[in-house]
Amino acid sequence: MVPLWMFLTVAAALFVIGAYGVLARRNAVAVLMSVELMLNAVNINLVAFWRFSDPVASVSGQAFAAFIFVVAAAEAAVGLAIIISVYRSRYSVVVDDVDMLKW
Amino acid sequence: MECRDIINTFAPCLSDTLGVSTDLANFLSITLGVLIVATFPLLVTILLIWVERKFAARVQDRIGPNRVGPFGLFQPFADVIKLLGKEDITPAGADKWIYNASPVVMVMAVLLIWAVIPLTPVHVGVDLEIGALYFVAVASIGTLSVIMAGWASNNKYALLGSFRVVAQLISYEVPLALALLVPVMLAGSMSMVGIVEAQTGMWFVFMVPVSAFLFFISSQAETGRAPFDLLEAESELVAGFNIEYSGMKFAMFFAGEFMHVFTNGVLMAVLFTGGYIGPFVDQIPLLGLVYLLAKASIWYLLSLLMRNALPRVRIDQLMLFNWLFLVPVSIINLILVAFLMFVIRELGLQPDDPRDFVQNIPQTVVLLLGNVALLIGTLTVIRNRFRAERLAEQSTMLPAQAGD
Amino acid sequence: MTFGDFTPEAFAFGFFTILTLGGAFGVVGSRNLVRSAVWLMVSLFGIAGFFVLLSAPFLAAVQVLVYIGAIGILITFAIMLTRSMTNLKERFNKQWWLAALAALTAFLLLMVTVIVPTWGEMGAEEIPPTVASTAQLGEAFFSGWGYVLPLEVASLLLTAAMIGAIVIAREDD
Repeated sequence: MVPLWMFLTVAAALFVIGAYGVLARRNAVAVLMSVELMLNAVNINLVAFWRFSDPVASVSGQAFAAFIFVVAAAEAAVGLAIIISVYRSRYSVVVDDVDMLKW
Repeated sequence: MECRDIINTFAPCLSDTLGVSTDLANFLSITLGVLIVATFPLLVTILLIWVERKFAARVQDRIGPNRVGPFGLFQPFADVIKLLGKEDITPAGADKWIYNASPVVMVMAVLLIWAVIPLTPVHVGVDLEIGALYFVAVASIGTLSVIMAGWASNNKYALLGSFRVVAQLISYEVPLALALLVPVMLAGSMSMVGIVEAQTGMWFVFMVPVSAFLFFISSQAETGRAPFDLLEAESELVAGFNIEYSGMKFAMFFAGEFMHVFTNGVLMAVLFTGGYIGPFVDQIPLLGLVYLLAKASIWYLLSLLMRNALPRVRIDQLMLFNWLFLVPVSIINLILVAFLMFVIRELGLQPDDPRDFVQNIPQTVVLLLGNVALLIGTLTVIRNRFRAERLAEQSTMLPAQAGD
Repeated sequence: MTFGDFTPEAFAFGFFTILTLGGAFGVVGSRNLVRSAVWLMVSLFGIAGFFVLLSAPFLAAVQVLVYIGAIGILITFAIMLTRSMTNLKERFNKQWWLAALAALTAFLLLMVTVIVPTWGEMGAEEIPPTVASTAQLGEAFFSGWGYVLPLEVASLLLTAAMIGAIVIAREDD
C-alpha cells in the first residue's frame, strides 16, 4: 500500500494548483474549473484519511466525499448559470470586468 | 498445480513449465486476459457489420452483400481495406489532439464496459462490487467523445450536431440508469455476476418486463440508432458530429457504434435474461459464453429490426418521449417494484431457495401483475391525452369541413 | 505481486499522479478553455484512480459519472456558450506573480506543518487490509444512525441548485 503522506502530498499539490488558478486566471469558467480541482484535492484527503484510520467500522470519509460531490455539482450548475447570465448582460466573462460592487 | 485446465490456471502453469517467477506469470496472465477481453468485441464487430447489412437488406427486400467470399462474408474486410485507403484528413483550424483523441475515447468507452461482463461462470474480466454503476459511469464517457469531436472539427455543423447528440445522450441516461436500478434491486447486488446468479431460478425479464423495455429503448437511444438517429439523419442533415472525419477515424466511430449496439444486447442478456445461465453450464463453463452470445444476438436482432422498421422521430418528439414518457414511467416503475418487493417480503412469498424455478413463481406473479397494472395505467393515460388532442384538432377542423 | 520494492500499486500511484497533476497544470495553464476542460477531465479521471487505490470503488465510479459525465459536459457547454471568451490573449491577471507566490507559500506551509511530520508513518503494516463494503456505505446513507438527514439536505440542495440555475440562466421574456 502506498503510504498516507504520498496521497497528502499529491492532494496538497492539487489544491495549491487549483488555488493558483482561482487567484490568477481571468476567465470565470477557468476559475470555476480551478475550484473543482480544489474540491477534489479535499476529496482525496478525506478518503485517504478514512482509509488510513478506521476503514472497517465507519464509512465517514466516503460519505463526506459523496456529499462534496453533491456540493460540487450544485456549485458547478449555479456558477455556470451565473457566468452565462453575466455574459448575456456584459458580453464578458473576465472576472476583472465584473467589478460593479468593488469600491 | 496441474496443468490440465489451461484457462483457469494459466499463471501457475506458466511459472511451472517455463520457470518464470510467479509475479511475472501473473502479470502476463492478466495482460493476456485484458487483451482477449478487449479484442473479442472488436472481432465480433467485424461479423456484426455483415449481419447488419444482410439483415437490413432482407428487411428492405434486397439481397445485400454477396460478392466477397461465401454469402459476402468477407465484405467487412473489403470495407476495412477501402477505409484504410482513404485519405486521412484533419481539417484546417482543427484542434489536432482533441480531434484525434475523440474516436479513441468513443471506442474505449464501449470496450471498457466489457471489463465487468461475466462471459461464463468462471471468466469475468473483473467482478466489481459496483459493476452496474461502473457501466453507467463508463457509458457516460461516450458523451464526452461526441462533444470533443464536435468542437475539435472546427465546423459549425459538427458542433450543432454534437450539441444535439449530447442533449439526447444525457436525457436518455436518466431512464437508462433508473431502469438499471430495478435488476440491481431484485438481485440485491450491483455486481454483474451477482445479478446473473440471482436469475438462476427465474429471468428478470419475466418479473419486470417494463424495466426491460425501458432499458432496451433508452439503450437504443444511447447508441444513436434509428428511430433515435438524429445525430446522423443521413437523409436530412449532414452527418452530425463526425462530419469532418474520414478513413479509419470515421471507421472507429462506426465500429464504436456497432460495438455499442451489440454490447447493449449483451447487457440486456446479462441484466434481464440470465447472462450465461443455461443447462449444463456448471459442468462446462465455456457453454455459458455460447448462451450469453445467443441471448445477446436475439436482443441485437430485435434492435436491428427496430432500426429498420421504425421511422426517425423529430427532435422535439425525441425529447418529449423521454421526459414525458420514459422518465416518469421509469420512476413510477422503480417505486412500484420497491413496494412490491416489500409486499412480497411481508407476505412471505419470496423463495426459500432462490435457485429453484418453482419457488420463484409466486413472487414472479406478483411482480408481473404489478407491471401489467403499470402498463395498463400508462396506456390509459396516453390514450386519454391523445384522444383529447385529437378531439381538439377535430373541433378546429370542423368549420372548414362545413364550409366545403 | 511485487517486482522487488517497486509494487504495481506504486506504479499505478505514479501513473495517476501524473494524470492528476499534469491535468491540473493543463487546466490552469491552457490558453484555450476547451483544452482546459479536457485537461480537467484527465485530472479528475486520475483522482478516480486514487479512489480505486484507496479501496473506495463506489466513489471512483461516482467520480467518473458525476465529473466526466455531468460537470465536464456542463463546463464544456458553458465554454461554448461564451465562445468569444474561449481564447483570451491574456490568460492571467496582473497579480499572477502574487498568486504564484501565495500558492507556493501555502504548499510549503502545508508540507512543513502537516505532511513532513507524517513522513514515513502509516506504512503498509499498520492499515487494515479489508475495508467497509459499498453495501455498508449504502446502509449508512439511509439509516437513522448514519447520514440520512445530510442526504436529504443534499438532495434538497441539488434540487434548489437546479431550479436556481434554470432561473438565473433563463433569458428574460
